[in-house]
This record gives sequence, C-alpha cells and structure tokens, in this order.
Amino acid sequence: AGIFQEFMVQEESVMFRINLSVLLDCLTIFGTSSSPGTQTALRMCYRGYGYPLTLFLEEGGVVTVCKINTQEPEEILDFDFCSTNVVNKIILLSEGLREAFSELDMTSEVLQITMSPNKPYFRLSTFGNAGSAYLDYPKDSDLIEAFHCNQTQTNRYKIALLKPSIKALALSCKVSIRTDNRGFLSLQYMIRNEDGQICFVEYYCCPDEDITEQEI
Amino acid sequence: MKCIVTGGNVKALGKAIHSLARVGDEIYVEPLQEGLSMRTVSASRSAYASFLFAPLFFQNYQPTESGYDPDSEAFRCKVHMKSFLAVFRSLPSLEKTVEKCLLSLNPHASRFRVQLHCKYGVVKTHDLPFQECESLQADFDTSQCAHALRAPPRLLADAVVHFPLALAEVTLVASPAGKVSLRSYLEGDTEVTRTMVTELGLNEDEFQTFHIKQEAQITFCLKEFRGLLSFAESSNLSLNIYFDTPGRPAIFTLDDAVLQVHLVLATLEEPESCSSQMTSCTPKPLAPAYDFTGDDIDDYMIAMETTCGGPAGTEPLPSPTFPMGPTSSEAQEPDSDHEGTVPGTPPQKRVRIKGLPQTNYRHEVKNVALPICCFVVLLGTCKMI
Repeated sequence: AGIFQEFMVQEESVMFRINLSVLLDCLTIFGTSSSPGTQTALRMCYRGYGYPLTLFLEEGGVVTVCKINTQEPEEILDFDFCSTNVVNKIILLSEGLREAFSELDMTSEVLQITMSPNKPYFRLSTFGNAGSAYLDYPKDSDLIEAFHCNQTQTNRYKIALLKPSIKALALSCKVSIRTDNRGFLSLQYMIRNEDGQICFVEYYCCPDEDITEQEI
Repeated sequence: MKCIVTGGNVKALGKAIHSLARVGDEIYVEPLQEGLSMRTVSASRSAYASFLFAPLFFQNYQPTESGYDPDSEAFRCKVHMKSFLAVFRSLPSLEKTVEKCLLSLNPHASRFRVQLHCKYGVVKTHDLPFQECESLQADFDTSQCAHALRAPPRLLADAVVHFPLALAEVTLVASPAGKVSLRSYLEGDTEVTRTMVTELGLNEDEFQTFHIKQEAQITFCLKEFRGLLSFAESSNLSLNIYFDTPGRPAIFTLDDAVLQVHLVLATLEEPESCSSQMTSCTPKPLAPAYDFTGDDIDDYMIAMETTCGGPAGTEPLPSPTFPMGPTSSEAQEPDSDHEGTVPGTPPQKRVRIKGLPQTNYRHEVKNVALPICCFVVLLGTCKMI
C-alpha cells in the first residue's frame, strides 16, 4: 500500500472482476507517451458490491471520469506455491537475465532451467532450429546476489508462457527465481518506481513435462 | 578444430559473419593450416565471399585435433547462416559483453560449438547443427583483371550511403582520365522519368591505386557490396577492386596481416555490346565440356544432372560435344527461355561470370560432391534477384 498516497479500504478485503483491456484503455486515456513534466494523477474508487469502479484521471487540469462495470469474481487459480516447499532459489540482477531473455531462441518451444548446487549451477537451455544453446551463470558471478540451491532440478517451461514476463523483467532491477518440489517456477521481479518505492510482480509457471534423468 | 578469439577480434569475427550473411545462406567452415576459412556463395551462384583468418588472428589456433596426422585433410563443414548469425546477432552486445569466443569442431561428437565467455563469468554455449561438405572455392584471378582500384573504406561507404536501400544494382564507371562514378542501375523496363537516379563522381586522387586502362563500366549488386564495406569500415581496411569488361566477375579484396577477404560478384552484361566484347575479352578459349571426363566421371554426371535440373528447364541441353566458342554459347540461349514464366513477373535478368573454363555448362551447381576447386561461379544462365 506504500505506493499509494492515500489508501483507504474499509472492509477486510474487496474482490471484483473487471475487464483488463478496458482498464488499460482508461489508464492511458491521455495517451501512452508520458511527456516529461506532465504527470497523470489517478484516484480510484469502489463503493461496494454491484457498483462500478470509478477512475478519476487528471492531467494538466483536465479530469476524466471513467466508470468500469464490475463483474462477479471467479475463483483465482491457485498454484499453491508455498515458500516452505521451495527447493532452489536464486536472486540475480535483472541485467543478467534481460540480455538472455532478449536473445532467447524463439524457435525453441521450451526453455529448460537447470538449478543445481553443483556445476553448472544455473543454466538456461533452448533447443531450436538453429541448434541448441546453453547459458551458464557461475554461482560466484557478480550478477548473482543470492544462491540457495539444495538439489539439482531440471525443468522445461513453455517459452510462450514465459514471454509475457519479459515486460516486467525490462522494468525490474532484481529477479528472484524459485522452484518448488513439484518443479513449479516462480519469477518475482522487483521493480523500483520513480519515487523509489518498490513493487513486486510475480509470475508463476508450471513445468511443461516431467523429464527423466536419461533425457537430460 | 579448436580456436579462441579474444578482445576486439570477437567483434571482427561477428562483423565478418554479418557480411557473409549478406551473400549466402550457408557458411562453409574450413580449418586450414594457413588459417580458418569461412566462405559462402549466393543461392544463384552470382556472388561468393571468403574470409580467411590467419592463425595470428586467434589467441590459440589448432586446425586439427592434437595427435592427428597433420597431413590429413582437415574436417570441413557447412553451417546454416541463420544459426551462425543467431550467435553473433547483436554486435553492440558482442562488443560490450563478450570477452572470449571459442570455436570448436568435433567431427566425432558431431558438434560444432561456439562458446562465448561474457562479463560476470556468464558462458553462452551454442551447439550448431552442421553438414559435412566439400571445399568451396571460386575460380578467379585478380591478375587477369584489366582494371584495379584501391580506396579507403570511408570513401566508398560515404558514396554508397547515398543510394536508396531498395536499389539492387549500381554501375561503376571508371575512365583513364581519372574519373570514377557510381550510378544507380535501372532495369531496362523502368521509366526513367519516374525514378530517381543517383550519380556520384569521385576523383582519381581519392584513390590509393588507380589503374584504369580504358573506359570501363561494370554493374554489380549493391547488397553484398554494402556488407563488405561495412566490414571494411569497422576494421579500417582499404578495399581493392579488380574488374574487367561487363559480364566478367568483379573481385573485391581486403588484406591485412591476419585477415584476407575476397568477394566475387557477377557483373551485368551489357546486352547491346556483348558480342563484340565477348570476342575481344575472353583471353582463354573456353574449354569444351568433355574436360570433365578428364577429372572424374562422377563430376561429369553431376554436370549433366545439374544442367538438366537448371532453373530454365526449357533450355536446350548443351551437348558435351557442342562446339562452345564464346559466340556460339551466346547463340545457344534462345530468348524464348523465359516465355514460360507467369505473366506479370518481371523478365529474369541474366548475370554471368565468364571466362571460367570448365564451368560453362553448369546451371545450378548443387552442393553435391564436387571435387576440390571445381566450384565455380556459374555458367549459362542464372537468375539474379
């Protein structure tokens, strides 16, 4: 709640569903390009069940009021990713992963992530039309801030599923990569906003398939 | 084969790959005693490029595996340009982050590995698929070219930059009076009134070498030339241009202590003047086709096959015993060649590199088992895009 200048929620928790693209359209109603010097202020209100979400956007004295109809919330998909089940965890500077992700061979269907207490420690592999590529990070690299790996894990994740997280990666300064005992992947991006406040964006991804030792 | 490239040479290697990528779709890697050779040829066989990196270019260079018979021929292979290019795709990041590049070719493990050692100890390993192949060698001789120019890369790069990117070919005109000009080449059917024509004049004293015996004019593809220029500029090497009459190949070379670069480009033949020039300019008599039988019957067969499967299927088969004087070879290509093309498609242009004995009968020499050194930049008809 620290990133809000004012934060008031009277109920224990409020949950409703709104259309994401409508929300994005409203937020960028003054245009997407933020010209320096002008900042858009936002005030967001919700009166309660059945009421629309009201957005007041102000830029240069112009106020736009948007009302978005709220919908019945659906059950949230719970990955049940519990920190007590985390097997391996690496925190590294986003810079190191940014280049890797931008150069990922997109002809490969999967990204294979190996995390291990022994060599190769942390490896990203792709298997595409142009051959296979491996990217190894040594555990004592300056890019790696924390390295807590307890057992060797190799899992494959669909690149198409990971791709959307590149946007968050681009904005972030650090990323925490965790896998649990089922091979589920958690990517937690730490983003520092303009006021120096810190937000986190989290991505979860389930492994593509179980691979046996022989296939590795 | 194992070699290690460090420092600024990594970028030079990357640049070389980029410039080879302008020419062909496959890159032929051949570890030789005199250095690592990387070559490519365009799909239409109208352009050929070769980079030879001397052992000194590398921090460590082992053309053959240790314990191998040094006399035995090194293992050669070809790799898809796209795979290779993917490794060196981003030149700025290559320059910024890569400290060391390791190339290794292990035929036993079927592995062509390119390893980039980057900042922070990050290691990028690329295993590229490859195909075993014969040597690729274009047959050309700079000493046979009547004209030669040598210029700093900046001069030519500054000149070429003025031509629109969409322009396919450029005409170079040089006169013994000391004038050189570059002009947009317009295809026969373009309306001059509706197109922009760029012409740029250069003076003799801007060149480091200027050997022009008589007024000469050649037309060649700009795309490959731009690729070479960008490499020449980044490594600041002067460019030599050797050329002869229209229709004969133009040869562009760069020379350095650790590097030799050749680019051979087909030049357009001048339709109106071709017969007179052909008779006057071909110093060697063209060898008849049955010369192939002297080499190997297989080669002969390949020549036959590839002739049959050439792009212009309607063309009459040149018989091996056909008397192949320069003029008769011209007469042999009926203009009806391309009548079968889809209406609305532009007429195919013919480009050829002439004066190459042994090769006059091959249309599309497929990358099959050709004997060493018998690859040649084309023959009868060939399309240029």
